[in-house]
Amino acid sequence: MDLHFGDSMPTDEERAAVDALLGPPESSWEGAAREGTTAADLRWARGGRQARDRRDLLLPGLHALNDRVGWISEGALDYLCRRLTVPPAEAYGVATFYAMFSVKPRPATVLHVCTDLTCTAAGARELCAGLESGLGPGVHVDRSPCLGLCERAPATLAIRAGDPARTAVSAPATVREAVLAATAPDSAPEEPAAVSAVPQAGSEGLVLLSRVGVVDPASLDDYRAHGGYSALRRAFALGPAGVIREVTDSGLVGRGGAAFPTGRKWQATASQPDHPHYLVCNADESEPGTFKDRVLMEGDPYALVEAMTIAAYAIGGHQGYLYVRGEYPRAIHRMQYAVDQARARGLLGDDILGQGYAFDIEIRRGAGAYICGEETALFNSIEGYRGEPRSKPPFPVEKGLFGKPTVENNVETLVNVLPILTMGAPAYAAIGTAKSTGPKLFCVSGSVARPGVYEVPFGATLGELLARAGVRDRLRAVLLGGAAGGFVRPDEMDIPLTFEGTRAAGATLGSGVVMAFDDTVPLPRLLLRIAEFFRDESCGQCVPCRVGTVRQEEVLHRIAQRTGAAAADDIALLREVGRAMRDASICGLGQTAWNAVESAIDRLGAYE
Amino acid sequence: MRSTRNRGPKTYTRLTHPLVRDSRDEPFRPASWEEALDRAARGLAAARGAFGMFSCARATNEMNYVAQKFARVVMGTNNVDSCNRTCHAPSVAGLSAAFGSGGGTSSYEEIEHTDVIVMWGSNARFAHPIFFQHVLKGIRNGGRLYAVDPRRTSTAAWAESWLGLNVGTDIPMAHAIGREIIHAGLANHAFIERATSGFEEYKALVEPWTLSLAEKVTGVPAAAVREVAHAYARAERAQLCWTLGITEHHNGTDNVRALINLSLLTGHVGRYGSGLQPLRGQNNVQGGGDMGAIPNRLPGFQDVLDPDVRLRFESAWDTVIQPHYGLNLTEMFEAMEDGTLKAVYCIGENPAQSEADSGQAVRRLKALDFLVVQDIFLTKTAELAHVVLPATAGWAETEGTTTNSERRVQRVRRAVTPPGEAREDIDILCDLAARLGHDWKYADAETVWNELRSVSPDHYGMTYDRLEEHQGIQWPCPSTERLEPTYLHGRLWETEPERRGRRAPFGLVQHDPPVDLTDEEYPIRLTTGRRLDSYNTGVQSGGYASPLRRGEYVELCPEDAERHGVVVGEEVRVSSRRGSVVAPVWIDTALRPGLAFMTMHFPDEVDTNQLTIEANCPIAGTAEFKASAIRIEKLPAPTYVR
Amino acid sequence: MTVTPLGIPRRLLEFTIDGEPVRAPEGSTILDACRAAGKDVPTLCQGDTLTPKNACRVCVVEVEGSRTLVPACSRRAEPGMQVRTDTERARHSRRIVLELLASSVDLSTTPGVAEWIKEYEAKPDRFGPDAARLNEEPRIDNDLYVRDYDKCILCYKCVDACGDQWQNTFAISVSGRGFDARIAVEHDAPLTDSACVYCGNCIEVCPTGALSFKSEFDRRSAGTWDEAAQTQTTTVCAYCGVGCNLTLHVQDNEIVKVTSPHDNPVTHGNLCIKGRFGYQHVQNRG
Repeated sequence: MDLHFGDSMPTDEERAAVDALLGPPESSWEGAAREGTTAADLRWARGGRQARDRRDLLLPGLHALNDRVGWISEGALDYLCRRLTVPPAEAYGVATFYAMFSVKPRPATVLHVCTDLTCTAAGARELCAGLESGLGPGVHVDRSPCLGLCERAPATLAIRAGDPARTAVSAPATVREAVLAATAPDSAPEEPAAVSAVPQAGSEGLVLLSRVGVVDPASLDDYRAHGGYSALRRAFALGPAGVIREVTDSGLVGRGGAAFPTGRKWQATASQPDHPHYLVCNADESEPGTFKDRVLMEGDPYALVEAMTIAAYAIGGHQGYLYVRGEYPRAIHRMQYAVDQARARGLLGDDILGQGYAFDIEIRRGAGAYICGEETALFNSIEGYRGEPRSKPPFPVEKGLFGKPTVENNVETLVNVLPILTMGAPAYAAIGTAKSTGPKLFCVSGSVARPGVYEVPFGATLGELLARAGVRDRLRAVLLGGAAGGFVRPDEMDIPLTFEGTRAAGATLGSGVVMAFDDTVPLPRLLLRIAEFFRDESCGQCVPCRVGTVRQEEVLHRIAQRTGAAAADDIALLREVGRAMRDASICGLGQTAWNAVESAIDRLGAYE
Repeated sequence: MRSTRNRGPKTYTRLTHPLVRDSRDEPFRPASWEEALDRAARGLAAARGAFGMFSCARATNEMNYVAQKFARVVMGTNNVDSCNRTCHAPSVAGLSAAFGSGGGTSSYEEIEHTDVIVMWGSNARFAHPIFFQHVLKGIRNGGRLYAVDPRRTSTAAWAESWLGLNVGTDIPMAHAIGREIIHAGLANHAFIERATSGFEEYKALVEPWTLSLAEKVTGVPAAAVREVAHAYARAERAQLCWTLGITEHHNGTDNVRALINLSLLTGHVGRYGSGLQPLRGQNNVQGGGDMGAIPNRLPGFQDVLDPDVRLRFESAWDTVIQPHYGLNLTEMFEAMEDGTLKAVYCIGENPAQSEADSGQAVRRLKALDFLVVQDIFLTKTAELAHVVLPATAGWAETEGTTTNSERRVQRVRRAVTPPGEAREDIDILCDLAARLGHDWKYADAETVWNELRSVSPDHYGMTYDRLEEHQGIQWPCPSTERLEPTYLHGRLWETEPERRGRRAPFGLVQHDPPVDLTDEEYPIRLTTGRRLDSYNTGVQSGGYASPLRRGEYVELCPEDAERHGVVVGEEVRVSSRRGSVVAPVWIDTALRPGLAFMTMHFPDEVDTNQLTIEANCPIAGTAEFKASAIRIEKLPAPTYVR
Repeated sequence: MTVTPLGIPRRLLEFTIDGEPVRAPEGSTILDACRAAGKDVPTLCQGDTLTPKNACRVCVVEVEGSRTLVPACSRRAEPGMQVRTDTERARHSRRIVLELLASSVDLSTTPGVAEWIKEYEAKPDRFGPDAARLNEEPRIDNDLYVRDYDKCILCYKCVDACGDQWQNTFAISVSGRGFDARIAVEHDAPLTDSACVYCGNCIEVCPTGALSFKSEFDRRSAGTWDEAAQTQTTTVCAYCGVGCNLTLHVQDNEIVKVTSPHDNPVTHGNLCIKGRFGYQHVQNRG
């Protein structure tokens, strides 16, 4: 491609960061110094599709720069573009899409302070105010959407650029601890183990969480000693069609929110004549209030590696991508270690378990964009484009990642495949209800004594779950399903936690968020935070969502202090805009952006 | 010292009145049309037998038809030619030698559906941007592009593989590719046996051109040459495109033949998606030749030497046509020198600036007894004239047709009223013809076109109505009822020998390095080309404010700039064996040591053609604009241009 | 021998639009079928030379069995589909989309939008005087183009035309996110520091006048732009031998704008800088 580059040059550090990812440039066309390469370069240059095909390394390249320097300069972006044959304007569009990147200079340390629902309820505002006065100009404080640390609210995440970049989580955070984490991430206290988010840890009968807190997450041997890799052996014995039959018969449906039957998805992909087939694990767990996938990855990482291997085997794929949100440094680290170990031990690679089956996993890191949890936006993100959702149809099973048949499942869904194979479909299907089979993870946070991830069979009621978590008095509302879900009242505790049960109650399970609020938090403030969230996270592609989320927020601002007739016209306006967002937006973000507000008005009687 | 120079080139104002003068020592004075035409007629009449017509490759087919008819009927000579001589005459000569017809064999749309595209000596991304969009569609559809060019141009940046050969080593490269195809067993022998002749001689000719010899001569690694040979030969469909990098050499026709050989060797011609595509530099280079505004062909590209053809035209035009070829543009310039050509009627051309070795061209034009220039501007050529006739801009102020590089005849239409007393070319030609005893009546351009249709079978089927309906029609179009395939020479694939027609001969051409050798005194090879936003001598393109334009520079590689101790913007002296100019330096990493680049877009600022060599292709007459030997000298008190 | 390539034969699909049976070739969009059936569905971001982006969502229709409305411009027709183009639900979304756009973007030079606002009874003012707008100033950084992003509905057409669908120059992209997303060159620099080659193919596809020729922008500013007084004449470009068709827009014997027919086999509506802007020399009339 005949790309145009400006005069800005990368610093040595920026060049080194990119070269560490991509290897040194092979020719001056790719950015090598002219001396030494000129004679050959000026006679023969390779380009074409091979050069253009490296576009998917753009996001890792941006991370490499941001990790090393803390922001992405013009010269750095140009150099990366030269290396990857990506037009600078497009790369700029990608870099500015993600909240964790900056194309303007900023301090090497960025402190992300979660201001989302649970953390706000736990005092994030005061924390922010304290931090801004407590920290000098050397740290950039960034108000962040949910960091997925809701069981330890309020939370902060410090990221200090360097080689390597350092991170430090502080949760529950005090001003003093957060300042320490930001100013000296290396000496910040070690984050508590993942098991601290699992109040049930070690109890009998756990299926999905059985190993969390029990095994050493770094040890493959430990994993194997606790049943690891027996499911993969069973999968090889069954063959791909047999695996798909088991998964289909188990009744497993997707745990990411859409509840699509997993077996059908796999079958549809497996039967596509176009190749290769890809497996993508969606670990971009960004729904406010959700942190179960983090706990699984941090506490039992090999389980996900094994589950991805089985899924890929079933659909005839040989390459898997694990897309983890950028705010999860420890999960990324644990998963990378697990993947490397598995590869070293022949559990990933060319000949897994001597079965002649080849499969490998590449980990990709998100960079702060809720929308990338949408399955097709995630494909675009991996491919090096802006994380904007694609139109469906065509569906991913037909044209997914790189335009090829793709299965995308979230972490929890995949991890369920292990018990399905080890216990058999009938036994698995016997858990839960007839229509919602198996165990389910719930992320309970807010006004409860024991927040964390809970595993219960489908069919337990909301009340039972909250009782187990120790719900506090003066419960005002429960948000089910996260920002894209809806509120229910304290008198609706008998809602069964199943897909059909919540649907019948006019609510949704979503990704398993159960957020309890007492009456100390004014409802309009919560709604405004939800509206802000959607405005911030709208990708901007379609009009209903891009402008609708702004108008929704404006109205909620306007009526924050109003009730009754004074708010009636504005609420009518909200309904009209909300209806169009739900009906006419491209993807689930816009379609659900009005859900929570609507439920608060209709169910909780907000603004009455 | 810094000088901020006006980056806009000289802008020209439209001519609105005829201008005349008695001798070149006098200034022009405005005249009435009556007086100007009378003077022109007198001047031309006096030179009967020593007359040449420079027709215009930018004017309509209709104008070119009338202009050549004027030369042949009114002036009784085949001395008619146009600036296609300076660019694509070798393509026409080479293609017609191989296939009997001078047009590109494919259509733009086919390149979107081909497997391999070779662009040789062509920076189409700049020079033919909309053609290159079709190439890009092809690439997006999975086609692979290979680029052969001394510079890594914008076009080459899109290629799977770019081969940066030495200027003027195209024949060694082509021969080595041919030899590799033969030795790798990739030649299409069935096609060769049925549709070509001279294969054994060709095989013997290329046998010495091993990959390693090619590497020595062209500078391109053997592996790269091998790769392109295999890619081209193995492709199911392949297109070979070229531009002036092939033709503007002293052996341009040989270069074209060498490329055509590769298509014959592999059967990449005469099929949908497989063919040869010379990209024309001007809007009606193709049409000018098709209309007979060249010295060896009558309208419809029919051979002057064919007595049956002549007879047909003689009866249609009620005249006698000279049974020999006329002089081409290059020969006409030589004839000015030796005094056998005394008068020229130059329509819409600017040879005083566009010819290689422009100093010589000006001297020769000044030697003429009588020069009539018909143009829309007072060009450098017009400044040498005795009579200047203000004309209309073909593309915006007249009705008619032009023919593009894919042989598509398209309508041009009058959108604006010409300024002042400017008149249409055809009307001026007819008035002059009348003064010289030929009373031609053409009600409008369509009448001219219909006369052309009656004498050119290839155009017969193209009525104005049909041209409108189909947004242009490609020739050949012998019938008003149907359309022909988009590609030429499908006959070569016919099984019946009679229908297959004449075999396409391999061209047995030898490598002959550029005439202007580099040596210690002139160590740098200068090559020339176009930029994206400018055109030829800049008379047209100078009229608008392009944000991309930065004026003329001599472009050097960073190493050469360093060697000479010069920086971007520093003015240097650029000298060849013929002349010297001062130009600021630009640094381009796409160049290599010993290779420099300039354009001819800003001749009023930097007259690049002072440097170029008038070493002409003996077959087609095109000069070797692409290869001059120069040296760069730092000025003692350098000036910097920003 | 006939030449017009017919392509691979396409089957006909049968389905219904507003209860009436229609037949459309396989691969047609709902919009194609609607237009063939004489149904008017408003469109903004759809372009005849571009792959549908379905970003504006003004063309949404109801399809039986679909949870949400579907964009007519990009959804392919399927056999047995039941499409309803004019239901209250579809009209509601169109009205809101028009209100959202008109309340945030300057649509004063968007053809057709005033009629739709009337037809759908859209009231953009009801979001109040404080409703956020784009608030962009026209960017005039060169002599050929003006980029007035206050008029930009972010339809992506310019990005697609500049990118892999036609020009492959990739001078512009969408940058930022959500309501703050804007069309920009790298580092949001002036156009003159970008990869832009001034082909004008982005202007050719811009549906709102956000991108315009400076010749048009200046005349509009001066109040002398008069489309009714303009003639359009299609001719052939005088630069190079490719033979691009140019449509000259002439007002008072001055060429004020150059476009190209979108169905032209040579250009498909695209031109280069010379064809698009290199006309001035004929009107340097002294």
